[in-house]
Amino acid sequence: MGDVGSTAPMAVERPSTDVRPDLPWVTIVWNDPVNLMSYVTYVFQTVFGYSKEKAEKLMMDVHKKGKAVVSSGTREEMERDVQILHSYGLWATVQPDSVK
Amino acid sequence: MNSGFSTREGGGVIAEFEAAEVSILRSLVTQVLGLVAPGETGDDPLERALGIGIGAGSAPSDPVLARLFPSAYQDEEEAAEFRRYTEATLRDGKRADAQTMLDSARPGRSELTPEQAQAWLRSLNDVRLALGTKLEVTEEIHDEIATMSEDDPRYPAYVTYDWLTYLQDTLVRALW
Repeated sequence: MGDVGSTAPMAVERPSTDVRPDLPWVTIVWNDPVNLMSYVTYVFQTVFGYSKEKAEKLMMDVHKKGKAVVSSGTREEMERDVQILHSYGLWATVQPDSVK
Repeated sequence: MNSGFSTREGGGVIAEFEAAEVSILRSLVTQVLGLVAPGETGDDPLERALGIGIGAGSAPSDPVLARLFPSAYQDEEEAAEFRRYTEATLRDGKRADAQTMLDSARPGRSELTPEQAQAWLRSLNDVRLALGTKLEVTEEIHDEIATMSEDDPRYPAYVTYDWLTYLQDTLVRALW
């Protein structure tokens, strides 16, 4: 008690009616035959501020596996990301993280 | 091929085009501009300010428009709702980028500001998406062109697409 300096998380018991709205959502980018590998890497760096290494890895995942999760967060944040990616012509979708 | 983009000291890029190339670019961008109608919003001032569009929000049946305005959700209803809130803004953005490209595309050497270069980047890509969708290109496009006869009726369009790809790549590398 009174331990002002403590940063340990406190266990809070939530009522069963408390539906936390935001399970993480994800933005997915799908492979397509038009967008260039260099361009997709550049867009990931520009839109998300990712390092070139991270952007290139994500681009290769899209290219080889057909799709990749490029960002995660709240639904609103993911919708904003998708809107920006659509402005760059990338084929992007939003979904809850739980959907496979 | 000497045309394309290079890095400009102090930001932005340098573009260098021949007159014939500029007329091809202008023609293609004008076609995209004709395809992408201005975003229509309702009469409500708040909806207009927020860019909330009118209409059902269904996915376009035209394959080129469907590619330029992809569905954000796999569920159709959710995709339609998202379109209703975002498509007008997206349309206006694409139109503004295309207009910037039209206004700044000229023969010879010209300098583009970082903002103009970003507009070119997105607009060139829209043109490639439109043409690529029309031509139904695959990832093997470069091999196809290499083996395609110059008498093939598709040849001029494929060569143009290949040139746009080259331009896009030089622009990305000039901006990096």
